[in-house]
Amino acid sequence: MMKQLFPIRHVMGYLTSLILSALALTALLDIPFASKMAILAVTAIIQASLQLFVFMHISEMASTKKELYLNIAYALFVGLVTLFGSMFIFVWGWYS
Amino acid sequence: MKWDEFFVTGEPMIYGAMASIVLVTIAIIVGLTYFKKWGYLWREWLTTVDHKRIGVMYIISALIMLFRGGVDAMLMRAQTAVPENKLLDAQHYNEIFTTHGLIMILFMAMPFIIGIMNVVVPLQIGARDVAFPRLNAISFWLFFTGAMLLNLSFVIGGSPDAGWSAYFPLASLEFSPTVGNNYYSLALQISGIGTLLTGINFIVTILKMRAPGMKLMRMPMFTWSSLITSVIIAFAFPVLTVALALMMFDRIFGSQFFTMSNGGMDMLWANLFWVWGHPEVYIVILPAFGIYSEIIATFSKKNLYGYTSMVVSMVVISLLSFLVWAHHFYTMGQGAMVNGFFSITTMAISVPTGVKIFNWLFTMRKGKITFTTPMLYSLAFIPIFTIGGVTGVMLAMASADYQYHNTMFLVAHFHYVLIPGTVFAVIAGFHYWFPKVFGFKLNERLGKHAFWWIAISFNVTFFPLFFLGLQGMTRRMYTYSAETGFGPLNLISFAGALGLAFGFIILVYNIYYSIRYSPRETDGDPWDARTLEWATSSPIPAYNFAVTPNVKGRDALWSAKHDNQPIFDGKIEPIHLPSNSGKPVILGGVFFVFGFALVFSWWIPAIISGIAILIVLASMSFDRDHGITVSVEEIMETEKKLRGETL
Repeated sequence: MMKQLFPIRHVMGYLTSLILSALALTALLDIPFASKMAILAVTAIIQASLQLFVFMHISEMASTKKELYLNIAYALFVGLVTLFGSMFIFVWGWYS
Repeated sequence: MKWDEFFVTGEPMIYGAMASIVLVTIAIIVGLTYFKKWGYLWREWLTTVDHKRIGVMYIISALIMLFRGGVDAMLMRAQTAVPENKLLDAQHYNEIFTTHGLIMILFMAMPFIIGIMNVVVPLQIGARDVAFPRLNAISFWLFFTGAMLLNLSFVIGGSPDAGWSAYFPLASLEFSPTVGNNYYSLALQISGIGTLLTGINFIVTILKMRAPGMKLMRMPMFTWSSLITSVIIAFAFPVLTVALALMMFDRIFGSQFFTMSNGGMDMLWANLFWVWGHPEVYIVILPAFGIYSEIIATFSKKNLYGYTSMVVSMVVISLLSFLVWAHHFYTMGQGAMVNGFFSITTMAISVPTGVKIFNWLFTMRKGKITFTTPMLYSLAFIPIFTIGGVTGVMLAMASADYQYHNTMFLVAHFHYVLIPGTVFAVIAGFHYWFPKVFGFKLNERLGKHAFWWIAISFNVTFFPLFFLGLQGMTRRMYTYSAETGFGPLNLISFAGALGLAFGFIILVYNIYYSIRYSPRETDGDPWDARTLEWATSSPIPAYNFAVTPNVKGRDALWSAKHDNQPIFDGKIEPIHLPSNSGKPVILGGVFFVFGFALVFSWWIPAIISGIAILIVLASMSFDRDHGITVSVEEIMETEKKLRGETL
């Protein structure tokens, strides 16, 4: 009974996301730049998929799949534009 | 902290504001007690989760904020009306232009738009409410909390004074040591969370709650614009949330994100602010385009010209709106390559906008136009907005922008897009949907008087600013000497501002007059309109539609009236509705204490109220609420009463 009621999947998901956030902090240690980037990229990708599959039930929505993926594509678009746009303004395109 | 630092002192006008705040509060409390309306207020309004009532509360708040922002504007125009004026000192002027911008954009335009969305969108798609009614109430109360917090800053602690864009390093603790910009970060953060929740709520509502047959490409244009706006909200507001959090850390906890030393980067604030800020202007203007599309089609007695191109152009605008933000700071130091890129993306936006303008013109072509008040605003919008758009393209040219960057030319430009774009639209929408919500029209004669005062005075106020800008008058100057020659045009502008104020007074008087004298509607469709919201009775019953509508095409009501395609072909069934909840308003109150304590860095109250927020949220998760069910007999009875039949 208890086993069915207890949301083990979500509690584990929550703990994992906390651990992943903590792991990302190791990028502050004195290690080579490439390893920092690798740590951040790997934890970020796992974190994002965790959120999408465990908490946002991306795999369960059959009826609005199209809208869901469109929204994610839009989010990616905005995220990448903000990121690379800022780099474009302040690093690559800065007046010198 | 000493009390004389806590309250703003030394200004007669601020003492007046304090006295009026106290008097109004006492008047409200005494009035509610005397007329025994506390219970009514709590049951029918404060705890409501009904999208229509929440919409009405949004609109009332927006009108009050319009008054506050309008008084700010009048004071600024009065101060600059003549050279070397002593009406306001520099600090007071700075606070007033900052709060004018913040209030007009975030606490007037946004809630007005969201209020109209709340009232209209569920009706237009044939739904009983929004997808998450209680979340909707939370959105409203968080917005309201943010608005009250910012308004309080005027008398307690001092208002933000670094411009509505709060650029660093000016807004940093070093250069703005008062609590003003703490209010900025916290008030905007709290109301921003509310807006974000609204965005998510409306995406889900429009995607999941449409009546049978209401396909995406059959949705009324206002619903389409609300959907796209909600998507922009969902993706633009997180950037503001992050930027404001970093600002708060800088100001309250001494971090160094936007400082000029220790690895901070002051320009990053301007960057993040406009990554949100530019999509934000489309958040307030796209629903306005939707409102005009509804009104122009209704009063031209024709279907909307180029429906598909309207939708596509809005999607294109929403994508482009994320690609143009650097045009707000061409002069910051990036190279020609960057400015060239952002110039081109900015000018590209005028293409889909032009498509929309032509679609409205073609909708009216050969139509049977009736000149009602909402239609007059829509007609005035087209030429005035086009002037704003053309000057926008002028500003978009980076090399030319170096000449008039941050001059009154810019001020004139954005008032020329925002006022006809958004303010005319919400007033038009207000007149248009007013009979839907309250069951009677606003008086047309007074409405038209107000329109002419507002439309003409608007041009008298803002057209001179184009010339002042080209002559070199920069924005945010609190005074100027007579030798500059700025005096006469500023005086004309002040005269226009007086006219605008008079127009708004007529508008408010019209509400009072119409409540007393306007004939009550007997049928739900006073304008002979086209879309689903007019198919139910006015005022609208709590459940919106007695029978779930069955939609067979665009302009569902028009087809029902003229092509014999009935919308309501089902039978009455029991209706499930959400029950009221007091928790959203309590959450708003706790957030208010939390924000206020953080503004003054009072840690103990901040921690206690922070924990209280978590407790309220957790208690919501454990609520067992199955809602209420309206029985068939009850629906029949309500329907009879609404049709005016005796029971």
